[in-house]
Amino acid sequence: MITLIDYKAGNLTSVRKAFTFLGQESMVTEDPEVVRSSEALVLPGVGHFCTTERLATSGVRDAVLEAIARGTPFLGICVGMQWQFEGSTEAPETKGLALFEGPCERFKTELKVPHVGWNRIRRTSSGAASRLLRDVPDDSFVYFTHSYRAPVVEGVVAVTDYDETFAACVERENVFGVQFHPEKSGDTGLRILKNFCEYAAERSTR
Amino acid sequence: MSTGITKRIIACLDVTHGRVVKGVQFVDLIDAGDPAELAQLHAASGADEIVLLDITATSDERPILIDVVRRTARRLFVPFTVGGGVRSLDDASALFDAGADKISINSAAIKNPEIITRIAERFGSQAVIVAVDAKRKPAPADGTVAAEVYLAGGRTATGHDATAWAREAESRGAGEILLTSMDCDGTRNGFDCGLTAAVATAVNIPVIASGGAGTGRHFVDVFKEGCADAALAASIFHFGIHDVRELKAELQREGIPVRLPC
Repeated sequence: MITLIDYKAGNLTSVRKAFTFLGQESMVTEDPEVVRSSEALVLPGVGHFCTTERLATSGVRDAVLEAIARGTPFLGICVGMQWQFEGSTEAPETKGLALFEGPCERFKTELKVPHVGWNRIRRTSSGAASRLLRDVPDDSFVYFTHSYRAPVVEGVVAVTDYDETFAACVERENVFGVQFHPEKSGDTGLRILKNFCEYAAERSTR
Repeated sequence: MSTGITKRIIACLDVTHGRVVKGVQFVDLIDAGDPAELAQLHAASGADEIVLLDITATSDERPILIDVVRRTARRLFVPFTVGGGVRSLDDASALFDAGADKISINSAAIKNPEIITRIAERFGSQAVIVAVDAKRKPAPADGTVAAEVYLAGGRTATGHDATAWAREAESRGAGEILLTSMDCDGTRNGFDCGLTAAVATAVNIPVIASGGAGTGRHFVDVFKEGCADAALAASIFHFGIHDVRELKAELQREGIPVRLPC
């Protein structure tokens, strides 16, 4: 069972229906106690970084950190991935989980921002063994929609170019994050979600 | 460094009473099939996004058909936009809940621009497309493009300048502009590249060009001359007239970045 964390930012319908399509059971919660006892956690999200503030005040932030420390598989999508970094200049007062180094910042480009549409991902040198990207070839297309991007630091397993190179996927042990929307990225995205489900299933049977 | 981002090809389903229809300028409608099936088909043949427009919801003064949206979204894993008859935050919420990723607002945004901000604040700007239906006016002496915004269906002039309205929509929180040329719509003689370029260079959000697609060349033109970020078409993608993958191959040969293979 995968638990989708609801923090009232955007809608969870798309992510949930992708799991359903993959035959994966899922549930939705905003209760820290449910988060603590979950087998696997997914934090979807679109919109402003400040919406993650709600996770701190509700106690979900602490519950997620405890779950991660216990080895619970955790996938962050879009703002959910950015939350795994130290923070974002979009909402400087709001703290991220600091599982990966550096803040997320607005694109510095003459190109249009937000970065909307299909773009390629490619593995970094540390991405060769990525569990999340298993069977996903380099240069696969995925769907992005965001104005802030995360830096390329340790733990980044795939990157994308939009005038500058930014983090597309992060991975460290049981923590995974994707800047793009796997639930909107056709077969490539479904493959990535399936990889997460398979990892979560392996963990829970151990 | 490359920009990486690809130009999007969007297949539009004009829906009325739960069925996809095609016609020229909303008359002589012919049944083209089931929305859920056609959305699947277009996505499988390489469309980057699907737009479903309930073309009679506004004129019939009824809400959009939620069950059609839900059924279409169920097995669709590319971005899915729904428009037609979105009048309130509640309408938008119901569509997102049914599986829409973005909503397109037209008449309601003109009548009540605050709705753009309200939906964007709740669901994010990426979820709000403002549809602008524009008709050319006589060209000003300074060589710029002048076009007036019309309400859905193109019968009522609003007095708004298309470029100025697109800018205002952006400042109010729109994430994308869907620009339809009323002059070109249904003609299959090509997009209005001049109008598209005028709007696309005036805003810093993506502009989707619509109206007039007839050949692959038209898409090449609207991406190169029209500076469009995406192009939308309805009728040419129905009845297998145009294969999206073939169209993308043509664009790629012309040096336009597209999602291929897809």
